[in-house]
Amino acid sequence: MTVHALLADVAYQPDWLDVLRSDFMRNAFLGGSLVAIASGLIGYFVVLRRDAFAAHALAHIGFPGATFAILVGISVTLGLTLFCLVGALAIGALGKRVSNREVSTGTILAFATSLGVLFASLASENTSTITSVLFGNLLAISNGQIRVFACFTLLLVVVLAVVGRPLLFASVDPQVAEARGVAVRGLGILFMLLLGLAVSMAVQVVGTLLLFALVVTPAATALALSARPAIVVALGTAIGLASVWMGLVVSAMFNLPPSFCIVSLASLVWVGTLAVTEVARRRRFGTVVTHGGHGHHHETSRLSV
Amino acid sequence: MTDALAFADVSAARGSNQIWSQGTFTIPSGSIVAVIGPNGSGKTTLLEMILGLTSAASGVLRVFGDPPQRGNERIGYVPQNYAAEVGEGIRCRDLVALGRTGTRWGLARRSSDDRARVDAALAAVAAQDVARRRLSRLSGGQQQRVAIAQALVGEPDMLLLDEPLANLDVRNQHEIVELLGQLRAQREVTILVVVHDLNPLLSILTGAIYLLDGHAHYGAIGDVVDSDLLTHLYDAPIKVVRTAQGDLFTRG
Repeated sequence: MTVHALLADVAYQPDWLDVLRSDFMRNAFLGGSLVAIASGLIGYFVVLRRDAFAAHALAHIGFPGATFAILVGISVTLGLTLFCLVGALAIGALGKRVSNREVSTGTILAFATSLGVLFASLASENTSTITSVLFGNLLAISNGQIRVFACFTLLLVVVLAVVGRPLLFASVDPQVAEARGVAVRGLGILFMLLLGLAVSMAVQVVGTLLLFALVVTPAATALALSARPAIVVALGTAIGLASVWMGLVVSAMFNLPPSFCIVSLASLVWVGTLAVTEVARRRRFGTVVTHGGHGHHHETSRLSV
Repeated sequence: MTDALAFADVSAARGSNQIWSQGTFTIPSGSIVAVIGPNGSGKTTLLEMILGLTSAASGVLRVFGDPPQRGNERIGYVPQNYAAEVGEGIRCRDLVALGRTGTRWGLARRSSDDRARVDAALAAVAAQDVARRRLSRLSGGQQQRVAIAQALVGEPDMLLLDEPLANLDVRNQHEIVELLGQLRAQREVTILVVVHDLNPLLSILTGAIYLLDGHAHYGAIGDVVDSDLLTHLYDAPIKVVRTAQGDLFTRG
């Protein structure tokens, strides 16, 4: 196929409104929205806890889950969820917020991906299934998946409503929270399980490789705009929802892959927000940058003992 | 009145290694006590024992007459490197509020009483004007004030501060020390401060716990400020010079 013919494929689709009204689009909107809500709720905590890499690793742990499910003939959603939850327990058990957890998380990530490759080659399934796990297949979301998403999202909302405040305390301020009697470690493992649930859903929408943009990026964008916990969660959810909705519309209008449109929009909003907040900050503080009081050493007769 | 802290032959261990022992002393309520000792001598461990995060390897420790207990609402705590830990994900005001509401389950909004106490804690450290900003965007001195506000918001009877003067310039050190003096005077709170340098605190201290040669000692401030003791403590020659403003240490 020539480049010209390829471009013709992505041209404006005059019947895009009809496409949007179709059943598979209805499911895409519903499924995408549920995932955006779940991601918006969990994303703030992911950023606060500096667990973005763990989220990314969990998505990769979902990959062998999905290919294993294909291999043994169970539902892909079930395989994904099982692997994500077990992976979440493993990462959670590695400890609280250990900064050099990166190596262990990365090793688990690589091992999981290699397992996925093994299962995929054993399953001799056509590559389109693998592609849809890696890049998501929002347009093929079934009614069954929607029901599962709805249950997971509801569970996430209820659990976070109950543990939200101690989890916030344990996330920003683990030492003081621990001293005040908050079960920091237990909450950490619970959080990882919730993240595993959210990730197992998001993988089905945007895929293993693009998940970051739906789970982490909207929350990071919201955090650049506000540092009030409730506002950040609300904004992050709104940005995720807007990315999913507008991404689907653009995808229908121009016959582009929905994952690409959703992830591009979320990334654009992120870049734009960072640029605007940075410019605003420089304007506000530009004149006093040199006023920093650090690094002064006064020679006095006092001895610092 | 019950003593704030009572140590009876207390020893501390890290794993199977004993770090200090023979801690026998009492600290009256309303004291401001420095905790000094070389690096690795067990200063933070001492705070953790009072907080109930680590148990004493042996001996008996009492906090306001009771055994140490994690979640003790009578203690406010500011750990070391606080601001670096918190990062920039939250406004100072919400961070301070967590000191009061962070242990509660469920979604109930902060009551007007909660908000009033958060305001009061911010006012007590003169940090009202930074309440809406992120901790990471503040100067070191402001960050320390907000951290102290969070520890104060539960209206504790004891404050444990781990290296609150680290990384502060002389002026900010002085301001934090003044603040601690005011807090003690206004709230009759007992304050333990881990420091490396006694000098900035001399004007307010009532005593010092010093961890020396694997033993924990406590002395009233007049006894601690002694050339021989300080020389031994820091393993460097130190001379105490008395001036009208107070004592000054100099390298001998």
